[in-house]
Amino acid sequence: MKAKVHVQLKRDVSDPRGFAIRGSLESLAFQGVNKVHVGKYFVLDMDDMPEEKARVMLKAMCEKLLANPVIESYDFTIEKD
Amino acid sequence: MKFGVVIFPGSNCDQDCIHVLRNVLRQEVEELWHKERNLCGSECIVLPGGFSYGDYLRTGAIARFSPIMDSVIAHARSGRPVIGICNGFQILCEAGLLPGALIRNRSLRFICRPVTLKVARQGTPFTRFPKGVVRIPIAHGEGNYFNHGDGLKDLRDKGLVVFQYADNAGDITDAANPNGSLDNIAGIMNEAGNVLGMMPHPERCSEPEMGGTDGRLIFESILTSFSG
Repeated sequence: MKAKVHVQLKRDVSDPRGFAIRGSLESLAFQGVNKVHVGKYFVLDMDDMPEEKARVMLKAMCEKLLANPVIESYDFTIEKD
Repeated sequence: MKFGVVIFPGSNCDQDCIHVLRNVLRQEVEELWHKERNLCGSECIVLPGGFSYGDYLRTGAIARFSPIMDSVIAHARSGRPVIGICNGFQILCEAGLLPGALIRNRSLRFICRPVTLKVARQGTPFTRFPKGVVRIPIAHGEGNYFNHGDGLKDLRDKGLVVFQYADNAGDITDAANPNGSLDNIAGIMNEAGNVLGMMPHPERCSEPEMGGTDGRLIFESILTSFSG
């Protein structure tokens, strides 16, 4: 099975990278982009296991290592092979 | 006093710290590889600057789980001194020994230059010296201190902000803030007063040959406060 994890800065944390990318898009004449949020995307190849067990494990992984709860939020999806 | 300087893969200010402690302050220094668990009787732990684990994932996020960190956390929780400099500060935040987080500089630039700091709280175990304004270099890309409203209020209310970026007169201004840190925060300590994290590098200005000696005041303060 595969797990796909998204981590991104919380909305109240300034994101200078997103700001710079938005500015660059604008200078390339892509109009109408109001804000860019830069995040991280992890794809985890995992042993098959019951979905509920995987959810508990992924939540723990995110809170312990993959995301810093002070500044980041996370979500994940699980895909069976 | 016996200092223990922790070396992670990617630390790059460890030798500067060791040099200052050993050759300038004439103290005993133990070099502690991150895979060890034994602090070898070190009385004060130094987490030096650098790019532990290449800053992969987040600054300090992987180093925080190095085997030695269990012992460093126990050392800190027992009230003994720990100082984290630059990447060391980031590791202390990731480890939960200090509140908040350090995010990318608002300019997106790596900044390496001397800065002026207001000693926001004098007389702490790390600031037992009469100077209210010191000059110490910074060298970081992610030193922008962030904490949520309640966390920031807590730091203010409890007087845990130790150093703030300031102009030459010691005034806290936005122009003097090099990286976007909330409240111009450059260094904070824990409530018990034994753990200090700071982005500026005192080990880079502890001898006259290095252009300044203000950094030495902090190490000497640790010696005065925690010896014996």
